[in-house]
Amino acid sequence: MNADRRPALKPVSESVGPIAAMAAVFARDVRVAFRQRQDLLNPLLFFIMVVTLFPLGVSPEVAFLKQSGAGILWVAALLSVLLSLDHLFRHDFDDGTLEQLVLQPQPLFLLVLAKTAAHWVLTGLPLVLLAPVLGVMVHLDGNSIAILCLTLLIGTPVLSMIGAIGAALTLGLRSAGVLLSLLIIPLYIPVLIFGTGTVAAAAEGAPVGGYLALMGAFLVLAVTLSPFASAAALRISLSNS
Amino acid sequence: MSEPLLQAIDLECERDERLLFQNLSFSILPGTVTRVEGPNGTGKTTLLRILAGLNDAWSGQLLWCGEPRARQRESFLRNTLYIGHRPGIKPLLTPVENLKALMAGRREVSDEVLVQALAGTGLAGFENVPCRNLSAGQQRRVALARLLIADEPLWLLDEVFTAIDADGVRAIESLLQQRAAEGGAVLVTTHHELQLPGMKRITLGAGGVHEC
Repeated sequence: MNADRRPALKPVSESVGPIAAMAAVFARDVRVAFRQRQDLLNPLLFFIMVVTLFPLGVSPEVAFLKQSGAGILWVAALLSVLLSLDHLFRHDFDDGTLEQLVLQPQPLFLLVLAKTAAHWVLTGLPLVLLAPVLGVMVHLDGNSIAILCLTLLIGTPVLSMIGAIGAALTLGLRSAGVLLSLLIIPLYIPVLIFGTGTVAAAAEGAPVGGYLALMGAFLVLAVTLSPFASAAALRISLSNS
Repeated sequence: MSEPLLQAIDLECERDERLLFQNLSFSILPGTVTRVEGPNGTGKTTLLRILAGLNDAWSGQLLWCGEPRARQRESFLRNTLYIGHRPGIKPLLTPVENLKALMAGRREVSDEVLVQALAGTGLAGFENVPCRNLSAGQQRRVALARLLIADEPLWLLDEVFTAIDADGVRAIESLLQQRAAEGGAVLVTTHHELQLPGMKRITLGAGGVHEC
């Protein structure tokens, strides 16, 4: 056949906009999660159990719990997010969805941002909503509970965002769980310090505006920078698989 | 003269300190079916992943429509359809939901079109069954339903006939041929005896690389 007369499909130039593509990624993750509700419930149960261990294991006294309650809740929330991180990309990696995500024409960091946002809505947000109940259990007063929830609301997205980098990096490894924790926990320390610091300051009646502003800065930093790092880490993990 | 869609110049890839191929040059023209051949472990899948943009461990040059691929990333990704060993089907979602999600980044398709495509791959009646309840071959067919609605000119298909029955294989063969006649370009790896008129071959193997 003469090459000149061969028909040729012309490349398509228009594709779906990034916002619509992000919405589709978000919607799929939420839909999959609701088909597998046990995975949704696990971090919450873990959160409740860890918090319960402290009155049982250390001291059920009101004074102790009042003083350590915010820290206990923060540590438990942090561990609970950590526990759920391995699932963030793992299933998609195993079934090939991740390859198709990387091959979408939209910038990968935006799609990763959508995935991480879905992760937060499915694990971080329920923790924030559950925190007041557990706050009452550890004898925090109303004001402290409100501030605690506010810090968790600002802080848990940061945990998801930073965690996504670690989850993406350890994707190619068979037993990633422990390594993931070792990589990520040091990066969680600043968030934890300021999260609990805010509640402590509020309990002493000190102004918390500065603390909250710093936590807001963490959040902005995490949302704007971590998707780039996660996207790059995903490419490396896929390239080596 | 029709311009090559994808052009590889002096591709070289090393994996685990073993040279898979070097000095590999070929062009993929519109309207052609090319089969990547070679025994197991000679780098067929790796080559396809490199061409799709999933593997970065290579050197050489890749041109998309005559320009370096790295500079044409969005156009390249939009116009290339890659279906790998793991086809990107979520076991918890239904075939329609899966296809919808896979198409979402590329263009909008209505549910009717998706249902029709699924019927075209022999999955009529299974549209709303979660994919984990389907057989391996049926799951594979869900992924292949994308071929019936694809508008991408370049297809990269890795082991496309795996787990597909004889009738399905014939249907895919004629689909590939029809695609080439329409002006699409197809690159396949398969161990199945694929015989299409005018098919090109890229042979990878221990004895070096040949293009015919």
